[in-house]
Amino acid sequence: MNGDASVVSIKGLSKVFGKGGVSALQGIDLDVERGEFVSLIGPSGCGKSTLLRIIGDIIDPTDGEVTVNGKPARRARLDRDYGIVFQAPVLYDWRTVVKNIALPLEMLGWDRAKRAARVRDMVELVELSGFEKHHPWQLSGGMQQRVSIARALSFSPALLLMDEPFGALDEMTRERLNLELLRIWTETGSTVIFVTHSISEAVFLSTRVVVMSPRPGRVAGIVPVDLPQPRTAASREQPRFFELVTQVRESLHAVGADEVEETLSTAEEIA
Amino acid sequence: MAFRRIAKRGLVFVLVLGGLWAFWEGYKWLWERTGWSRPFRVDDLTLPHVHTILLQLGEPTSTGDDLWLFLLRAALFTAKSAAVGFAFGAIVGFVLGVVLVQFDVLRRGVMPYVVASQTIPILALAPIVVRGLGSVSINGEPPPDWVRVAVIASYLTFFPVTMNTIRGLRSADPRALELMHSYAASGWTVLWKLRVPSALPYIFTALKIAATASVVGAIIGEQTASISNGLGGAILNFNKYYVLEPASLWATNLYAALLGIGFFLLVLVAEKGVVHRAPERLV
Amino acid sequence: MSTVPSTSAPSRRVGEHIRYWLPAVVVFGLGLAAWQWLLPDVLGVEEFLLPRFSDVVQALVDERDKLLRGAWITFKEAFGGFVLGSGAAIVAALVLARWRPFGNALMPYMIAANAIPIIAFAPITNAWFGLLSPWSKVTIAAVLCFFPVLVNTLRGLTSVDPESIELMRSYAAPEREVFRRVRIPNSLPYVFSALKVASVLAMIGAVVGDYFGGSLEALGIVVLSAVNLSQYSTSWAAILVASIMGIAFYGAIALVERYALSWHPSVGRRVQ
Repeated sequence: MNGDASVVSIKGLSKVFGKGGVSALQGIDLDVERGEFVSLIGPSGCGKSTLLRIIGDIIDPTDGEVTVNGKPARRARLDRDYGIVFQAPVLYDWRTVVKNIALPLEMLGWDRAKRAARVRDMVELVELSGFEKHHPWQLSGGMQQRVSIARALSFSPALLLMDEPFGALDEMTRERLNLELLRIWTETGSTVIFVTHSISEAVFLSTRVVVMSPRPGRVAGIVPVDLPQPRTAASREQPRFFELVTQVRESLHAVGADEVEETLSTAEEIA
Repeated sequence: MAFRRIAKRGLVFVLVLGGLWAFWEGYKWLWERTGWSRPFRVDDLTLPHVHTILLQLGEPTSTGDDLWLFLLRAALFTAKSAAVGFAFGAIVGFVLGVVLVQFDVLRRGVMPYVVASQTIPILALAPIVVRGLGSVSINGEPPPDWVRVAVIASYLTFFPVTMNTIRGLRSADPRALELMHSYAASGWTVLWKLRVPSALPYIFTALKIAATASVVGAIIGEQTASISNGLGGAILNFNKYYVLEPASLWATNLYAALLGIGFFLLVLVAEKGVVHRAPERLV
Repeated sequence: MSTVPSTSAPSRRVGEHIRYWLPAVVVFGLGLAAWQWLLPDVLGVEEFLLPRFSDVVQALVDERDKLLRGAWITFKEAFGGFVLGSGAAIVAALVLARWRPFGNALMPYMIAANAIPIIAFAPITNAWFGLLSPWSKVTIAAVLCFFPVLVNTLRGLTSVDPESIELMRSYAAPEREVFRRVRIPNSLPYVFSALKVASVLAMIGAVVGDYFGGSLEALGIVVLSAVNLSQYSTSWAAILVASIMGIAFYGAIALVERYALSWHPSVGRRVQ
């Protein structure tokens, strides 16, 4: 593990909210290598969303250091080194799909032709061809999230931060979008940090799963996922998948996290 | 830490009043110095000093009372008409709203006119209504002055209250309604336990508007009917003598402003006590 | 899996429309009949309270020159006040939204200022500009519009989804970009809602402002002088003209709103 290939390097990070001192995160040390897909999983309140926002310099840490792409997090944000996707699509009703995707490009000052070309590529990437002129409310939840992902990737950031992006969707849409996300990840070669509540989703998508403890959030354990790439729907049915899910679950129980959603695939239920 | 918050609010209050005073005197000073005539010429007649206005309150009036007392009596007269009109209009508006929601056919028939009536300058009817009522006789006598004025106030109240009652009653969450049905709740129960509480925020929005409208209606009503006991009459009276004593008119307007704000605050306090709503999140 | 609007057979939709509007039409007819016959003949409502409908129409026709002239003068006063007041309010709202601490501190005062009976100041504006000047009425109308538009526009500019702001932060967007791309488009429904209210207020300001004295031909003066001469049909006719103008003004804004908010999921959705 070459330190120079770290896209994100976190040392001794803690975050305390308000003068009352709600300690959200404590002593986080984490390195994310280029091209990795890292999931953050933990019970509600463990600070995983806070951690994501600190990496994105949307919230300031109380203590510690965050380096993104070899620069301080603030610099990385100003240089637009990352794209972010929230649980809510956060699309603008008054813009069509293509204009929503083009938003960051407009702000970066790209000219019209360049923007149009890139947006076309993005629409193809997330497989929304034919819906370019639609408005967000005309699309389903899953489609809106795809637009949100396309927008986040439109300026080819090195890093993609995702905060439970599929949390509001139904299981089947979720599984389909998981596959799509993996395809997009391989095609673009970006690094992904992914916050989730779902153990099976974390294991299915990631190269490593970071398990966090309840408040104050600490890194309770890291589970490397050695399932072969590229992953397919069949990957969910392999014995190794269940072993890893169990491993993550036990890690969570060990830190007293009983409320994490455990979505078992139907295969395991039948078995 | 509540004391800190109150102290902070108090400081803002003082600052705002001070700022307004400074703006007033500053504007006057600058315009008088330069002699600008746009938008209007400034002198002691068109824009008296703030202290002149306040000092005028201590001066006696032709009735023997000092100005501040005279205006207070006038304000109370106007307040009575406005309050009675407001209360009556609110009750009628609410009842009408409930009836129209229960009988959907009636609602569909009447609603377009209620909506359209919002665009009519109802206040413009004031002279006609108040004069007209002066010629009507009940038990051989025309209705008392303040009643005629109260009619205007209630008219101005009843339209927004009706509209918002209807909107509020119909805003109940459909899922909450389904829950009520699953309890086999009677129409009456659904109304009082679900629809009315859901409607309260909307109704109070209307009441806040109506509070001011009642005061305005009362003042205009008094003026167009030449009723001299209230603030409306006082305004007309002091307007006649404006050239001699401009501060009196300004003082009257001050009382009118305080009356309007006072009514509004009363409704606001009532709302805080009755409606429990998540505070607005302003980002 | 996009949602496709359902289409029903055209004839069925016409039937639905008729059924929906029938009660309103019936009420209109009943109202008119009551106005013409029930009130005067059966209930003995005196002419000074509400003249017969046909009498009002007659007055409308007879005095149409005077009424139209009055309408034009009053409309100019109302429109001028509307533009001035709303324009100033929108600018002020943008400023207060940009410098948030001021906006937050002043919000309660603006809401309170909205409760002041502005029309009571008409004699004072007459003292400023002269009795016959339209500017005194324009000022009243403008002040009437100012606070509602200010409060609502400010609300619209600041009621933005926090995640929208976080997204903008992730783009390292400067404040003016956040305004341009997020806050201003977000505020449009609120602004139009307020403008519709303001149009009504401006009309009231102009007409009632005239009650305190104004150009001899303005609509408000027509109403007052007609009442003084016991020509109640004329006064009601003038009110009718004012009402129609008010509805038209409101409708014009609603039309512009429909065009400007064409992207909105439910065009013309009321914002509380």
